[in-house]
Amino acid sequence: MAKHETPLLDQLESGPWPSFVSDLKQEAASRAKNEKGVEFQTPVDAVEDLLGVLELSYKHGRTHWKHGGIVGVFGYGGGVIGRYCDQPEMFPGVAHFHTMRISQPAGKYYTTEYLKQLCDLWEFRGSGITNMHGSTGDIIFIGTSTPQLEEIFYELTHTFNQDLGGSGSNLRTPSDCIGSSRCEYACYDTQAICHELTNEYQDELHRPAFPYKFKFKFDGCPNCCVASIARSDMSFIGTWKDDIRIDQEAVKAYVAGEIPSNAGAHAGRDWGPFDIQKEVVGLCPTGCMRYEGGKLEINTPECTRCMHCINVMPRALRIGNDRGLSILVGAKAPILDGAQMGSLLVPFIKVEEPYDEIKAVIESIWDWWMEEGKNRERLGELIKRQGFQALLTATGIKAVPQHVIEPRSNPYIFWKEDEVEGGWERDVTEYRKYHQR
Amino acid sequence: MAFISSGYNPDKPMEDRITDIGPRKYDEFYPPVIAQNKGKWLYHEILEPGILVHVSETGDEVYTIRVGGCRLMSVTHIRELCEIADKHCDGHLRFTTRNNIEFMVDAKDKVDPLKQDLLSRKFEGGSAKFPIGGTGAGITNIIHTQGWIHCHTPATDASGTVKATMDVLFDDFTNMRLPAHLRVSMACCLNMCGAVHCSDIAILGYHRKPPMLDHEYLDKMCEIPLAIAACPTAAIKPAKVVLADGTKVNSVAIKNERCMFCGNCYTMCPSMPLADDVGDGIVLMVGGKVSNRISNPKFSKVVVAFIPNEMPRWPTMTKVIKKIVETYANDANKYERLGEWAERIGWEKFFEKCEIEFTHHLIDDFRDPAYYTWRQTSNFKF
Repeated sequence: MAKHETPLLDQLESGPWPSFVSDLKQEAASRAKNEKGVEFQTPVDAVEDLLGVLELSYKHGRTHWKHGGIVGVFGYGGGVIGRYCDQPEMFPGVAHFHTMRISQPAGKYYTTEYLKQLCDLWEFRGSGITNMHGSTGDIIFIGTSTPQLEEIFYELTHTFNQDLGGSGSNLRTPSDCIGSSRCEYACYDTQAICHELTNEYQDELHRPAFPYKFKFKFDGCPNCCVASIARSDMSFIGTWKDDIRIDQEAVKAYVAGEIPSNAGAHAGRDWGPFDIQKEVVGLCPTGCMRYEGGKLEINTPECTRCMHCINVMPRALRIGNDRGLSILVGAKAPILDGAQMGSLLVPFIKVEEPYDEIKAVIESIWDWWMEEGKNRERLGELIKRQGFQALLTATGIKAVPQHVIEPRSNPYIFWKEDEVEGGWERDVTEYRKYHQR
Repeated sequence: MAFISSGYNPDKPMEDRITDIGPRKYDEFYPPVIAQNKGKWLYHEILEPGILVHVSETGDEVYTIRVGGCRLMSVTHIRELCEIADKHCDGHLRFTTRNNIEFMVDAKDKVDPLKQDLLSRKFEGGSAKFPIGGTGAGITNIIHTQGWIHCHTPATDASGTVKATMDVLFDDFTNMRLPAHLRVSMACCLNMCGAVHCSDIAILGYHRKPPMLDHEYLDKMCEIPLAIAACPTAAIKPAKVVLADGTKVNSVAIKNERCMFCGNCYTMCPSMPLADDVGDGIVLMVGGKVSNRISNPKFSKVVVAFIPNEMPRWPTMTKVIKKIVETYANDANKYERLGEWAERIGWEKFFEKCEIEFTHHLIDDFRDPAYYTWRQTSNFKF
């Protein structure tokens, strides 16, 4: 028998898509039964009360969670987000219901052995409810009380060799796409660099020293499956400089309809026979391709590596061999000053351990942002406020035409004194010898 | 419920303390076929919706079955995932950026038993536990935020709006009939933890009433200068207020007409709550993308300024979403993303075809970029 009636939530149990309400109910029932005799350190009815408070929000059309308050583990300023219910008498099981962010492994691969251990820990010391995963990438443990935080952290670090993720004005837990582990488009090993930089910058991740949050995301190619270009302060997007590798026999096989185009991605509708002129050559945004006499040619200097032709014919076209990544900076969601997409800062950089060149770019940006950024000002907003040139000065990167879509259409150039011959100190008396007042 | 210690000694927090060790290393968790073929993959193919094969230059193959998951997940459910992975995948699985779960096997004959097992499992309420799909030119899982389950600033629920929407779009999760892939995202307030601002379709919770002021507590609960500084439109100023009992307190005043309802002040100051059953609801945005394929990444555009919160299934919202998806599916060219289609036909035609009313709210008036969205040409369609 459920502790709270949930007539509104019950309506979310039907329909084909997995029901989170059904899942919460099965967890509530599992805790009530407690077949394994777990000595729950968070109230046994926490999930019952979570359903109850959610039902109340469905009734009221308003949330019933209060602000965080300052909770955390000793010495860290991130990884834990305090959360309290605003109806603690009605729902004592979730009166204190803090979130813990657990740093996810790059690529989000798991062994069941490890996941089961995490489940046991979280069932014992928390609510048993998680997010797999949060938007930034962490494993999220939803719902525990303050005294359990240090216990969970101790257990994670001592038993699981596992640390917390980032929150607050910190480096947030970096995340990556599947990369070369299972994708032929990956221009670099996203997991290797994501893991290395996460470890290199543990101090920045755990102890808030930044003006605001800061995110790294690693996309192996310009398809951008982790959306780094839209949502990370520094976006690392794989790219290459040389020719797309072409297997002309495979091209012919695509043309002949022997291999399904788009790796089968459009198989749900009859789009007619594959037409290489229309679907590949004709849609190339730079017009750098030609298919004549059964041969596909790509004029590499004109190619912008948008991935379309490779996506359409993955067995015939492969990324080049001279690989690296582009760094784009300043992406963010709209708060506060409007949404920003990442802007290209480094067109090409090699991805080689120990990534010293990439770390040098990161650290020069942080030095500038920590010096000049205002409280709660994202990197993208600082770049907008001080100008892209200030970013170039801070990072010591030379301006190149790739930095812009087009040059400025106003001539209001803020010349600096050292750029103008003779400087700005002049003698007005000398001037007046030739120009009357 | 007796307290059980992990071994941590609160009197000596630094004793044996381990910090800054980061996440577990990714390659501890690779299935053998992944570990052996990393960097050697030649190509992939989607064999049917939700089922992929990747072929390596070594000749090895890995078959992946992708299933939708709720990002809100219980340990009971995770244990069931593990049970399946133990049975079929030698104890390995992975999650995708969009909250899908991927089961991998190293031989084709292992695919069907896994598939049948996944499809046979249902929740007691009747919904699928592990729907297979989310690949190619279809709709994959919705990335989303916490909503009313665990956040202090939401203007709507996240898990519920997502469940209602995915139920309506379910056929396109298990099919690949669309002109291109279509990404739906959900964020329950303007802070957009879900970064929905570059999605083909974005569901966004939005407040429409300025904060209430809890004058009696405001100065005790909040740093007034921080609350003032948090406002992006400078709508908050300090104020002296006389309470009903005659007490004079320091507080703030709001210029209501300047408020953009972002809730930043509330994040800084709990004595300025915004949430309202009538004021809060849904904004729909469309046409964003993050891929660089054919055209540049794009922001999503607001096409419906407000839809009320209609618990528990948001029928008005899902009806508009379904109409947009169907219109796009019927009208766009192969490979065209939703935003590319809208730009080609013109946004005036988008509103006509999708039968969405255009209102003044949809014309940008927020700072400089607004000007660049007005029409500076005589070219338009009637």
